[in-house]
Amino acid sequence: MRGDALPRLMHGAATRPLTLAQHENVFATDRAPTSLAHELESSGLTGRGGAAFPTARKAQLIREQRGHNKFVVVNAMEGEPASHKDLTLLSTHPHLVLDGAEYLASIVGAKNIAVCVARDNPTVVNHVEHAIHERTRRSLRGPKLELHTPPWRYVAGEESALVHWLDDNESLPQFRPARPHILRIGHAPVLVDNAETCANVGLIGRYGASWFREVGTPESPGSTLVSITGAVERPTVLEVALGTTLRTILQSAGADADPQALLLGGYGGSWLAGSHVDLAYCNEALRGVGASTGAGVIVVLPKGACGIIETLRVVRWMANESARQCGPCAFGLPAIAEDLNHLAHPSRDPLSASKRLEERLGQIDGHGACRHPDGVVRFVRSALTTFAEDFARHANGSACAGSRATVHYASVPRLEREEELIWE
Amino acid sequence: MGVRRRTDRFILQVNPILCDGFGHCGELAPELVTMDEWGYPIINPEPVAYGDSGTYESARYAERGCPRQALRIRRVNEK
Repeated sequence: MRGDALPRLMHGAATRPLTLAQHENVFATDRAPTSLAHELESSGLTGRGGAAFPTARKAQLIREQRGHNKFVVVNAMEGEPASHKDLTLLSTHPHLVLDGAEYLASIVGAKNIAVCVARDNPTVVNHVEHAIHERTRRSLRGPKLELHTPPWRYVAGEESALVHWLDDNESLPQFRPARPHILRIGHAPVLVDNAETCANVGLIGRYGASWFREVGTPESPGSTLVSITGAVERPTVLEVALGTTLRTILQSAGADADPQALLLGGYGGSWLAGSHVDLAYCNEALRGVGASTGAGVIVVLPKGACGIIETLRVVRWMANESARQCGPCAFGLPAIAEDLNHLAHPSRDPLSASKRLEERLGQIDGHGACRHPDGVVRFVRSALTTFAEDFARHANGSACAGSRATVHYASVPRLEREEELIWE
Repeated sequence: MGVRRRTDRFILQVNPILCDGFGHCGELAPELVTMDEWGYPIINPEPVAYGDSGTYESARYAERGCPRQALRIRRVNEK
């Protein structure tokens, strides 16, 4: 596969997960990896879970820690409802992800690898179980592989919540007073990496850093998986080189290349006006307009849809997904959702609702233990700038035509009970 | 270690998971803490010098007076 340019992570993808023998055939390599840590460093790989933190630096941080029993945690929780990349990857190339996890374990000196898949995806859980079984049947050397199935919640995929689950069976985020903070299971330091990041490490370990850098931009090299949903023919997971323009990505997904807006990064991400569709899809280009690639989610919002309604639906769901540990998140997010509701369906005094919204956004930002409330605030702020005209019209009491439509584009799981939003 | 200079600086830091919004800190250290709409503290993120003894005293009162022990005074070392 060395010469091939783009399908890298999805190379040779079939409808069934590749078995270990098939996997080693597809990703055959003749070069023995020399120094993995060094290769990872020079590849410039950044984390694909949302924060885009350099993977090599994170691994180095854990490598420097003392501990006999370190853990590598593969995060395939896929908390974002609009994202499908990790599960797609695990149900086509589970062994690539496990390879990457083993490389990372050898870099940091870990003895355990924990693969975390939400228990709501029994098919993928089976695939991973089978892949782990194949590996242990062939050889028992190397780090111990384990599969863990935490419950599927939005915040359960947050790294400290995931480690908390492994440590203490509680999927709740932890308070981290200072960054960088070393997460621990018992006393053992833990390296948490997204499944796609691990798959990329697997490729770097096989083919080297210079091969990895052939695709992508100098600052963010490599390729990434993008889940496109919303106003597309069919929701898909595509593999694109970082630095491809958004227009090209939309066209290859069969979406309208001239949308009203795009939701980038996930539900803690940001809206991007449709006029920015010629920007390159990589963090350094998107930073200028206040967006980021995040977890690789793109939701296409067509012309004529109401951005405020979509924002409201997402925020209401996110408010419900709060772990209710911190006051600003438990009380603030439902309050924001309520303000947005007043704006989306202007009934009484929408002007003061928009003023109150601004005030509350400032009170919530940065006051939770994890980044969940901050993500929602960022998302609402970007909606306020992207749909500024719509908000002005709604605040004057005249809702747009789109807000009466019954078709919605941001896919949000149904709230089980509406009164779940009330917290006591 | 153990030496605290007047020019060293501290911040008051709340653990939002432990905090239940009793509001004692807002009474004990009004120069550092304001309350949000729901009664949870919003703490001034600017580091304060230990030499500002009035503020430091209030910060210590707030730290000791918190019913959930959610507040900590943390020294900021940056040069």
